[in-house]
Amino acid sequence: MRRLLSDTLVVTERNLIRLPRAPELLLAFTFQPIMFVLLFRYVFGGAIRVPGISYAEFLLPGIVVQNIAFGGFVTALGLNEDMQKGLIDRFRSLPMSRAAVLAGRTSADLFTNAVAMAILVLTGLVIGFSFQTDVVHVVIGVVLALLFGYAFSWVFAFLGLLVKTPEAANSVGFIAVFPLTFISSAFVPGQTLPTPLRQFADVNPFTIVVNELRWLWTGQPSPDQLWQAFAWVAFILLVFAPLAVQRYRRTAGT
Amino acid sequence: MDGGTNSSAVSVAHAAPNPEAAISARGISRSFGEVRALANVDLDVARGTVLGLLGPNGAGKTTLVRILTTLLRPDSGTAQVAGLRIPGQEAKLRERIGLAGQFAAVDENLTGLENLTMVGRLYGSSRGAASARGRELLEQFGLVDAARRPVKTYSGGMRRRLDLAAALVAKPPVLFLDEPTTGLDPRSRLDLWDVIETLVSEGTTVLLTTQYLDEADRLADQIAVIDRGQVIAEGTSDELKDRVGGERLEVHLEDPAQAEAAVRALAPMCSDEPTCSDGLVRIGVAHRTGAIIEAVRRLDEADVGVDDIALRRPTLDDVFLALTGHAAEAEAQP
Repeated sequence: MRRLLSDTLVVTERNLIRLPRAPELLLAFTFQPIMFVLLFRYVFGGAIRVPGISYAEFLLPGIVVQNIAFGGFVTALGLNEDMQKGLIDRFRSLPMSRAAVLAGRTSADLFTNAVAMAILVLTGLVIGFSFQTDVVHVVIGVVLALLFGYAFSWVFAFLGLLVKTPEAANSVGFIAVFPLTFISSAFVPGQTLPTPLRQFADVNPFTIVVNELRWLWTGQPSPDQLWQAFAWVAFILLVFAPLAVQRYRRTAGT
Repeated sequence: MDGGTNSSAVSVAHAAPNPEAAISARGISRSFGEVRALANVDLDVARGTVLGLLGPNGAGKTTLVRILTTLLRPDSGTAQVAGLRIPGQEAKLRERIGLAGQFAAVDENLTGLENLTMVGRLYGSSRGAASARGRELLEQFGLVDAARRPVKTYSGGMRRRLDLAAALVAKPPVLFLDEPTTGLDPRSRLDLWDVIETLVSEGTTVLLTTQYLDEADRLADQIAVIDRGQVIAEGTSDELKDRVGGERLEVHLEDPAQAEAAVRALAPMCSDEPTCSDGLVRIGVAHRTGAIIEAVRRLDEADVGVDDIALRRPTLDDVFLALTGHAAEAEAQP
């Protein structure tokens, strides 16, 4: 167990020091979210009416959840690249904890997600978002968002190990996750969707997590319960972490 | 008599690994779906020596290395590496081996020093100790000037050296090198050969896979030729060359169209199947003395014009051809 922790730290550190040297990734999780906030706020924002709340306040929790779910992309691309380049073989030939390669990868996402979320919130504050609740609720919201992102890192870890090339990881991840984030209450109120989409949005974990984050940060009443959001986080982790680990064992073993 | 030898060979194949050897494999088999990558491979590498595992792409070299370095489980068979058993003691074994692969398995976005420090820490060293060992290796491998540059700025030869350095972080007594010089320019190849020779002179045992016959000839004390998942010959370079039948006679024809006539004329003095390509006929001859004169006489009688004729020691190319019925390098093209 001590080995797992110390090896995870080494791998996490490795994933973080290499990040500033890969400018395209750095751009992806700094400028891209800012761009999204500005586009939604100023392009769509004028046309979208949300009762009882400004669009900036409505939008920010949604975009935070979408962005943090996609933060795991770095894991999918990174693991895939490590496989292609033979680095996974190097790790497997070392007397290190096997789980540390995946744990170190996803833990690094936790850091980058936190940075990206800070950038998003600061941008939000500039365009008219403000926290309407107390510190405790805000912090619970931050924890919820980070955990949701961490759970999705394992989804992406699984996808990254499943496909053959980084390009494939990119498009599979995009096709699988992008619609999930849009057919939800992240960007528009759920009631405005056509019935079949609304039915999907109502059970979409994104909707539930976004609704809860909105409640935690702006005090907007939510149709769901906070425990449901955390239950989704746990469920995604419990399904995808074992899948990713099993896939890692198999990929590396053949 | 023959039967007796055979049955004892069979019983050896199922014996336990030889504990005296640094690497000893017995009856290792592995399939991928329908494809039999390794079939009942036995192998011994004595301490402090180099075994060259020679074979074309897809022969099973890498599969064997992956099994002996615990990256892959064998379907059946046992092995002992650096005194530890496979299967059974994989975790401990990883502390005692180094692996450098065909692909330079280093992180391109880390510097040379960061890569080596990371590997050292994953072996369980403290940050300080890992970084000190990293600096020591960078010096040994002539990479000090590049220590603080990201690896993506390195040349191919520098990457291979760093990869080899990463395999040596824990000073392993047994080293596996999977095609260490594939794709390198001649200068970098020579440099890497020097490094490997130094390691061996210091007592490291090396199992080296290669498609290059000159590489095996230069570095290996023993050579095992592997083809289609089986070890088809073993011995020193000289022993293998002797097995091909000693001397080779090479005849350059004036007219390539006469190859068939030449082969027919030389057939009585051949010790193996003659080969011919582009007007060059090669045959193995049992006796050196008088071979050239006899060949010229036979070719003259058959009215075959000769540009050049020479006797030479067989190369490992000839060995490979004689053992497998196909050339090593031609098949090795991906």
